[in-house]
Amino acid sequence: MNSDKVTKTILLLSSFVILLIAGGMIYSLVEGSVSAVKSFGFKFIWSNTWNPTSGQEDYGALPFIAGTIVTSVAALIISLPLSFSASLFLGEYFRGTKVAAVIGTMVDLLAGIPSIVYGLWGFYVLRPFLIDLGLPNQGFGIFTASLILAIMIIPYATSLSNEIISMVPNELKEAAYSLGATRLEVIFNVTVPSARSGIIASYILSFGRALGETMAVTMLIGNANRIPESFFGTGNTMASVIANQFGEADGLKLSSLIAIGLLLFLITGIINAIGKLIIKKMA
Amino acid sequence: MTKMSENTVNIKDPVLSIRNLSVSYEKGRYAVKDVSVDIKRNAVTAIMGPSGCGKSTLLRAINRMHELYENIETEGKLILNGKDITDMPTIQLRRMAGMVFQRPNPFPTMSIYDNVIAGYKLNGMRLKRKERDDIVERSLRDVTLWEEVKDSLHKKGTFLSGGQQQRLCIARALAFDPEVILLDEPTSALDPVATAKVEDLLVKLKEQYSIIMVTHNMAQAARISDYSMFMYLGELVEYDKTKNMFTKPRDRRTEEYLTGKFG
Amino acid sequence: MEVATQIKNTNLRRRSIKDKSVKILVVVLSLITISPIVLIIYELIAKGYRQLSLDFIIKTPPDTFEAMTALNNGEIIPGGIVNGITGTLIMVIMASIIAIPVGVVTGIYLYENPGKTLANITRNISDILQGIPSIVLGLIAYIWIVKPITNGYSALAGSVSLAIMMLPMIIRSTEETLKMIPQSIKEAALALGVPYYKVILKVLIPTGFSGLLTGILLGISRILGETAPLMLTALGSSMINLDITKPTSAVPLMIWEFYNDPNMVDLIWSSSLLLMIMVLGLNLVSKRIAARTK
Repeated sequence: MNSDKVTKTILLLSSFVILLIAGGMIYSLVEGSVSAVKSFGFKFIWSNTWNPTSGQEDYGALPFIAGTIVTSVAALIISLPLSFSASLFLGEYFRGTKVAAVIGTMVDLLAGIPSIVYGLWGFYVLRPFLIDLGLPNQGFGIFTASLILAIMIIPYATSLSNEIISMVPNELKEAAYSLGATRLEVIFNVTVPSARSGIIASYILSFGRALGETMAVTMLIGNANRIPESFFGTGNTMASVIANQFGEADGLKLSSLIAIGLLLFLITGIINAIGKLIIKKMA
Repeated sequence: MTKMSENTVNIKDPVLSIRNLSVSYEKGRYAVKDVSVDIKRNAVTAIMGPSGCGKSTLLRAINRMHELYENIETEGKLILNGKDITDMPTIQLRRMAGMVFQRPNPFPTMSIYDNVIAGYKLNGMRLKRKERDDIVERSLRDVTLWEEVKDSLHKKGTFLSGGQQQRLCIARALAFDPEVILLDEPTSALDPVATAKVEDLLVKLKEQYSIIMVTHNMAQAARISDYSMFMYLGELVEYDKTKNMFTKPRDRRTEEYLTGKFG
Repeated sequence: MEVATQIKNTNLRRRSIKDKSVKILVVVLSLITISPIVLIIYELIAKGYRQLSLDFIIKTPPDTFEAMTALNNGEIIPGGIVNGITGTLIMVIMASIIAIPVGVVTGIYLYENPGKTLANITRNISDILQGIPSIVLGLIAYIWIVKPITNGYSALAGSVSLAIMMLPMIIRSTEETLKMIPQSIKEAALALGVPYYKVILKVLIPTGFSGLLTGILLGISRILGETAPLMLTALGSSMINLDITKPTSAVPLMIWEFYNDPNMVDLIWSSSLLLMIMVLGLNLVSKRIAARTK
């Protein structure tokens, strides 16, 4: 039928749009990075300088790669006990109760807060609190940024893990209970092992989110274009340096920022792909 | 004229003639193998057989619903009321055959009224208000639903019981005044009371329409069908007046099926 | 026998204590986990509600001197963020116009062709795209629109970056929604001789409408709060701007500007409060719609 063929063709073409966008993105990022790569070669990735002075321009991505990885890993570690507890709370201990519904909604709300609002809160509330605790550098730095990142990724890890934990079949748990196991023992000997790959996948995906967070990190990390001297020192991440240095960036500087963007694209793409693969293997 | 399948009876003035119909999913794997049969006008014809015998595929091949799946190849001829429909455009063909499915499926966003004339509405065929009202009333009366729903025609169809929904779906299929009505296990999702109502309805409808019904319920076939086809592994094994086939099956396989030797 | 029972009893007690204390730990940690939302909302309301008024929504922001004067006099800073609100509205609408048709149609394609290789590749790429940081999308929109097309920062570029963000979300929610419609509904429509495109337009989409709407609303609530990509594309403006080829403001951008100006800092709370109301409002609405379909 003619109209059916037309319909099928239109559907097919639309799926190409997404493929074109993805391809176009890679192409544009690569093309934009060419100038930086030409000037610095691959040592761009491990070079420590960031010098915008004209005539002596030299850019390297290492401080930002380091900043991104350290903050994201730290955020993951900090968030782990919290989000794991919350997912146990929602998926096991209080599953199906009104309390869980309320807490679950609040966790969802956490996910809805825009990055810039987290940044503001971190700047005006968290930071003074940390300064009181004795933090140096006016409370800016890797630690503060990691802390706020941890709060931001908790809802993702929690809701994903929660779903997966809820899917563990009741029969398995009942078998363990009937053998006289306590709640705790059932959780750690039956539920969690059953849901293990899903839980891991959810943390990988939330790690992926932490890698790309921009605004909150920008406002708390101190905007220093070098590798931080300590965990409480200031620095920058790939995302935050692009945000911070973009205004009026041109030529080589712009190309370097785009190159960093390309790196960020690749890293988050790969991490997300790994997370999704694990989830797929589970299903 | 090609040879008819063995163990079939001759029908005078059939409403539908199927000749050498074969349907394959992949090269060499046939769901329906070389079936030739004439369907009697104004009668209920049952298609029976164990799971996987090809009865649903055969039914769906009549209005080409089986083409929803890719890689299907169909060979053979179909003649409806003397007209060769093998190459007729699918959309046109489907308006000549009404289909009712296993699960009652009224369109959830439409009212009962709109569901009955959905065939017209969805095809963009405009009718005058009086024509529409007439078609709706006629179809609903034909399925004995009119009295039950005439005051709630604007309500959505989903609040009806399962049996009523299925009768609504039959009314929807009747609204086009089709040449044949195709039913794919129409009562297997219904409770016994609703099933009885639908069966009575089909017996009544055969005065006006010709009915082809796939069923896995032998008792149902015995109850309401005039003619029966028994299929096995894609082939038409036997076709006869139901009474004859059930009392004196000609083929060993038919007998074994009817006595429950295999499902 | 005695000894065994004794051991069993102490063992039991120990396990029971462990069990109870872990449960308490879980509850405590969970409460800590949700505490930020309480603290943040409290902060926004406490510091921001005073500034909220009709003026706030219909006036443009003051310049930095007016703000300084008001601060010195202990008054509420005058003005509002109407340019941000209109900018956000314009860019969100444009992003929706770009992303919704493409997203829904692609979602339909994926639903109709579940096993095909191309569909799988498309779905995977869409999922991966969903995880790309928004600032990278801003870079892309800068390269694609700001430089070559609008010759400068523009609402168009901002919309494109937001559209690319929304697209994977809409694709996914469309496919999931359609998958939940019973197959027989589609078959019934086809059996009535309805051409394929009409089945899509008149049966599938209306039946799945609330699911599609939920996906769209959630997508919008997500892009409402985005700042980073807009910094690279729309830049911001102190006035209402209806020309999509020119720099435009947005609520998050204005929050950023206020944050960077010591005199305007007090405005960040009311702006954030407004932003949160919009985001949470949309979230609530879409959850209501989703719940109603169940």
